[in-house]
Amino acid sequence: MSSHDRDHEHAHAPVTNGGEPVAAARARALEELLVEKGVLRRRDVRQMVDWLVSRTPADGARLVARAWVDPHFKQRLLADASAAALELGLDTGQARNVVVVENTQDVHHVVVCTLCSCYPRSLLGPPPDWYKSLPYRSRAVSDPRGVLREFGVELDDGTELRVLDSTADIRYLVIPRRPSGSERASEEELAGLVTRDSMIGVAQPANPSQADSG
Amino acid sequence: MTHHVGERVRVATRDHEGHHRTPGYLKGRIGTVELVHGSFANPESRAYGADGLPEQPLYLICFDRYDIRPDERAHARDRIYADVYEHWLEKVNEQPRP
Repeated sequence: MSSHDRDHEHAHAPVTNGGEPVAAARARALEELLVEKGVLRRRDVRQMVDWLVSRTPADGARLVARAWVDPHFKQRLLADASAAALELGLDTGQARNVVVVENTQDVHHVVVCTLCSCYPRSLLGPPPDWYKSLPYRSRAVSDPRGVLREFGVELDDGTELRVLDSTADIRYLVIPRRPSGSERASEEELAGLVTRDSMIGVAQPANPSQADSG
Repeated sequence: MTHHVGERVRVATRDHEGHHRTPGYLKGRIGTVELVHGSFANPESRAYGADGLPEQPLYLICFDRYDIRPDERAHARDRIYADVYEHWLEKVNEQPRP
């Protein structure tokens, strides 16, 4: 094995697809420049990317399932999400900027970032493409009930709808309502019912019969 | 902290060139402080290589969807919650709501 593999800090012709998007080319050019100037090391970039894509909605689902079975944990999660997440070995990163909110019979939360695509990546992984799309980002505040209807969530007139626009440093994660019929499910089975979209607030969790049928 | 939970505040209407985290649809709107998140480095200066100091208090503000734009899609029980930094908030002189 040559030293080339071990210390990959020099510029070279990148391996890319022919039709590379402009944004990808720009990101690559920026990375080259920052590495060249010694602002960051290529392995730091790689480690950060690896960490980001290693996070998945299953992490957030573990938090929700624990909150469903343990009311004391739920209180801690609502009060200080980063500290509560650490109890399950989940690190929300240095910023510790996650706030968790709870859907109830009377209140439904849905999360958007109208300015860009802020998202609790440390607990859910990368956001879905629709979350970053202009139609979702604009309509989530102008017609939130219409958007929810398109996702299959019909709210009662009496339900208070809270749209959380994560415009700054805080990232929001929703504890969806525990599905009826899940009373006997184990914590692990419950985690399997918690979908990514239900933690954004645009869907309800799967119900236990759906989960049984695969 | 200049503002406290329950206080009515207005988002400044001023224009701002360059990076800022206060969405246009909230400018000039009045809401209620729901939560004080703490203080964070100012992203408006940090975006241009500065350290973002002094840190700015960050508040979660609750707005009535209807107050933002009173159109037919506004449901009476719809609320918009958004995080706004202190330097974008103004005190409101008005009677408390009943």
